[in-house]
Amino acid sequence: MDLSFFTEVLVGGLLSGVMYSLVAIGFVLIYKTSGVLNFAQGSLLLFSALTFVSLIERGLPFWAGILITLAAMTAIGALIERVVLRPLVNQPPITLFMATLGVSYVIEGAAQLLWGTQVHGLDLGIDDRPLEISGVFVSTFDLFAAGVAGAMVAVLILFFRYTGIGLGFRAVADDPLAALSLGLRLDRIGTAVWTAAGMVALVAGLLWGARLGVQFSLSLVVLKALPVLVLGGFDSIAGAIVGGLIIGAVEKLAEVYIGPFFGGGIEGWIAYVAALGFLLVRPAGLFGQKLVERV
Amino acid sequence: MSDIAIKTGRRSLPGLSPQAFGVAALLAIAFGVVPLVGSEYLFDALLTPFLVLSLAGLGLNLLTGYTGQVSLGSSAFMAVGAYAACNLAFRLPGLPFLVDLVAAGVIAAAVGLVFGLPSLRLRGFYLAVSTLAAQFFVQWVFNKIGWFSNDSASGIVTPPPLSIAGIAVTSPVGRYLFTLSVVVAVTALVWRLVRSPTGSALIAVRDHETAARVIGIPVLRTKLLAFAVSSFVIGIAGVLWAFAYLRNVEPAGFNLDRSFQILFIVIIGGLASLRGAFLGAALIVIFPLGLARLGDALLGGLFDSGVLEMSQRVVLGLLIIVFLIAEPAGLSALVDRMTRRITPWITPWITAGRA
Amino acid sequence: MSLPNILRRAFFGAVLGSLALLPAVAAPADEQYFPLQSYRVGPYAAGGTGFFGGFIDYLNLIDIRDGGVNGVKLTWDECETQYEVERGVECYKRQKSHAGIAAWNPLSVGIAYAMIDDVTADKAPLITINHGRTDSTDGRVFKYVFPLLLNPYSETSGIVNYIAAREGGQDKLKGKKLVVLYHGSPYGKETIPIYQLLAEKYGFSLEQIEVPHPGNEQQSQWLTIRRAKPDYVILRGWGVMNPVALKTAQKVGFPVDHIIGNVWSNSEEDVIPAGDAAKGYTAITTQASGAEYPVLQEIVKTVYGAGKGNLEDKKRIGSVYHNLGIVNGILNVEAVRIAQEKFGHRTLTGDEVRWGFEHLKLDPARVEALGAKGLFHSINVSLANHEGEGRVTFQQWDGAKWKVVSDWIAPDWALLRPIIEKSSLAYAKEHSLPVRDPAVEEATN
Repeated sequence: MDLSFFTEVLVGGLLSGVMYSLVAIGFVLIYKTSGVLNFAQGSLLLFSALTFVSLIERGLPFWAGILITLAAMTAIGALIERVVLRPLVNQPPITLFMATLGVSYVIEGAAQLLWGTQVHGLDLGIDDRPLEISGVFVSTFDLFAAGVAGAMVAVLILFFRYTGIGLGFRAVADDPLAALSLGLRLDRIGTAVWTAAGMVALVAGLLWGARLGVQFSLSLVVLKALPVLVLGGFDSIAGAIVGGLIIGAVEKLAEVYIGPFFGGGIEGWIAYVAALGFLLVRPAGLFGQKLVERV
Repeated sequence: MSDIAIKTGRRSLPGLSPQAFGVAALLAIAFGVVPLVGSEYLFDALLTPFLVLSLAGLGLNLLTGYTGQVSLGSSAFMAVGAYAACNLAFRLPGLPFLVDLVAAGVIAAAVGLVFGLPSLRLRGFYLAVSTLAAQFFVQWVFNKIGWFSNDSASGIVTPPPLSIAGIAVTSPVGRYLFTLSVVVAVTALVWRLVRSPTGSALIAVRDHETAARVIGIPVLRTKLLAFAVSSFVIGIAGVLWAFAYLRNVEPAGFNLDRSFQILFIVIIGGLASLRGAFLGAALIVIFPLGLARLGDALLGGLFDSGVLEMSQRVVLGLLIIVFLIAEPAGLSALVDRMTRRITPWITPWITAGRA
Repeated sequence: MSLPNILRRAFFGAVLGSLALLPAVAAPADEQYFPLQSYRVGPYAAGGTGFFGGFIDYLNLIDIRDGGVNGVKLTWDECETQYEVERGVECYKRQKSHAGIAAWNPLSVGIAYAMIDDVTADKAPLITINHGRTDSTDGRVFKYVFPLLLNPYSETSGIVNYIAAREGGQDKLKGKKLVVLYHGSPYGKETIPIYQLLAEKYGFSLEQIEVPHPGNEQQSQWLTIRRAKPDYVILRGWGVMNPVALKTAQKVGFPVDHIIGNVWSNSEEDVIPAGDAAKGYTAITTQASGAEYPVLQEIVKTVYGAGKGNLEDKKRIGSVYHNLGIVNGILNVEAVRIAQEKFGHRTLTGDEVRWGFEHLKLDPARVEALGAKGLFHSINVSLANHEGEGRVTFQQWDGAKWKVVSDWIAPDWALLRPIIEKSSLAYAKEHSLPVRDPAVEEATN
């Protein structure tokens, strides 16, 4: 076997995996506090990228575009929490899930209504020439994306460790009833989490938008994040990161080395099968969370 | 997902209850009146797809509503049914179509059983996301392996024309009546099933797995049974979709959106309710069309069609949300409340009619 | 009123409203109607708005400038499909009751397939320009289906002929290596045997690699390509797969000017999202882009000047999909005109328009007279050949617009015809359809 090629596929897979993790983290934040599998995460991503690109194309400077989009995402996240999820509290998870599907229709429709159906290129100013490191080609852009993802995770960790809302968030995630009896304001924490999810969607939207171009299909990247969630756990940020890396690597290696035996194109489902296979062997999941069998 | 707990013990009136009366009346209209007055548009664009999707919803409801196992891969089993029936028809042309139909359902059930295996260890969203493996894998197989699509160059299969007992059923009304008959028959079977001890076992597994185990219900076998029966019903719906409705089959027709659509039917119609599947399908099939027609009629001149269509998507999403908030138990519960209000008014009338 | 009550009312209101609208209005005697199953929302909205925008713009031009075709006014209405088959079928069933239907133009393979039985029964032509069922080229079997200009097989041959021309002749293909990167769908797979056939014929080596739908992740495919070191990569993509392919090619260092796109990878929507990575990318087309052609100038002046232009964003005038829509408009209108010469200047039946399509012969001189010289080459449809020998050309993206970089190239129709006939005759047998004899029909017509 050609080792440098293998390394290349592996590194490419790991870096793609980081991109999956970026999307998965958005899911985790919300699932952890409210137990909702937020399918609208994909359309949030689309909305943020589309808004940002449209603002830039109308001549706004980069930082202003970021700020306005961030404000919009914060508002949308908070709005979803207030208007959609709060009235549905105590409903079965599947109902909440369907509600987020409804939300995704609204956001997708609104995004296109607001900014049109045209596709856009999104240039973050990173020249994506391959970088050669001892015979192995690595994508500059993917390295940059991995850096951004790392920074974002660091910010999230700091936020949860050292701010009042962050600590409250962890309390709620651990035991909502206890948190409530301690007098924590659950509603405020919910709003904060949805805001954070909106920001994560912005970062992921910009990076994915630069990779794919900004268009309707951007919302489909959630399908790449779901197996990561199954593998890493719906409620673990660390799981989302490690799961993303594993899924990315497995997916690429499988496509290159196993795919040819099946005629290729197996990437669409191999991630799901891999995640599933892993869970069947080790039902406790990646990080041994006892909660795989819950809900 | 033990909190999907909807009361099911509401049907208790013996004899010809108002409910049974209603069903009989509906059937009489569907078989006797509609074929005489309906138009091609009504059959091909509304009623046939409505019936097929109702059946698919019914199948998923067995799994999700009654047994509490969420599946996001329903359309994969529709695809299995559709492709199985096509291949049976192509490869064993001597077989009567009704045999194809049942055999295709059985094949879908077998595939469903395999993809139901993770349910033995996973629950909730973990299971739901795992069923996506079925969704993508099945689509890939039918796309990849030319044998399934009869090696058609384009990969789109055109099934042979529908023919029952040597009589070709090609008219829209004929296909509607055939679909209706199959749907009624399968619904009757499902109705029997959910009222049998097996049906109670399904519900017991949903409500409390440990308790179910304690009272001696074989939980694992019951779950797999639910997957198999549900896939059987959905598979039959797939056959109807291919032979009676669209009359061609392509993998993309059974994508994730279709699975979500079926799930919407179940949730909006009402979990663990046979009637819910039909109500939900009616809403999901007819409502967007009604909205489009209404939008065109009222605002067509004012906005260009793109704006109008996108607004409809927003409105559809909003309505789903509003509906879930206002009536989380589904249309079925809504109808229940309505009938409860109406029953006192019409019961004397029915009794008088019978006397 | 409680919320469920409002809902209930709204629901029944909507149902009643839609039922009330069911009966269609009959067209007056001098109108020819085009039912448009368009898609302006959903993932493919960008293509749909361009194509149907161009089509409507041309119909508008004929109405405004000429007062219709020989006094017969052209009318249309749109029914949104979102590119979904069931919505397309619903539209068909709704729009078919309209009087004076000229032809159906769904621009979706799935919808077109679902309509084949129905249009045959209802005797109305179904136009699938540049796409559709390849074997419907055989009009002897598929009487009402027209994959005008270019079917997938011809496209394949056209691309290989272009690469041969670039390499300096067909004999130069020998020993070259081609990779076909195709979309994981029936559409993507359709040309696999044809590329194999051509590889055997010309002696180039070939690798065909699938990208699973939707194609937003192609790292592994492009690494495989880089290892294979092909001379050319042919991109048979769809939607988001195209820009991602170009971006990923850049990522692995594959030269973009050696990527050749097929007919559904050739629009602005396919390259703009890829940004700089698309600069130098070349793709096949049946119609040049740009607004400099007389017919487009007239559309700008007459239609947009009157405020009736269909494109919201005027920058898109002359884009690939817009021009495809205009060419589609020209072909439809000319088929009606040709049929009118035979059957009279009045509203025609679908079957009469079908006759018009089967005699749709526009030579370069006629194309020039229509103001479309350089926009597309020519068409020559006959009873047996529903494609019409469309020529192709190749265009290169320079970062801002497409520039034509080749002559009009003819695919190798004679090579492909037997394969098409094999498939169409099998279809005829399966569906017990008659195979028409051109000689007999022309004599009786």
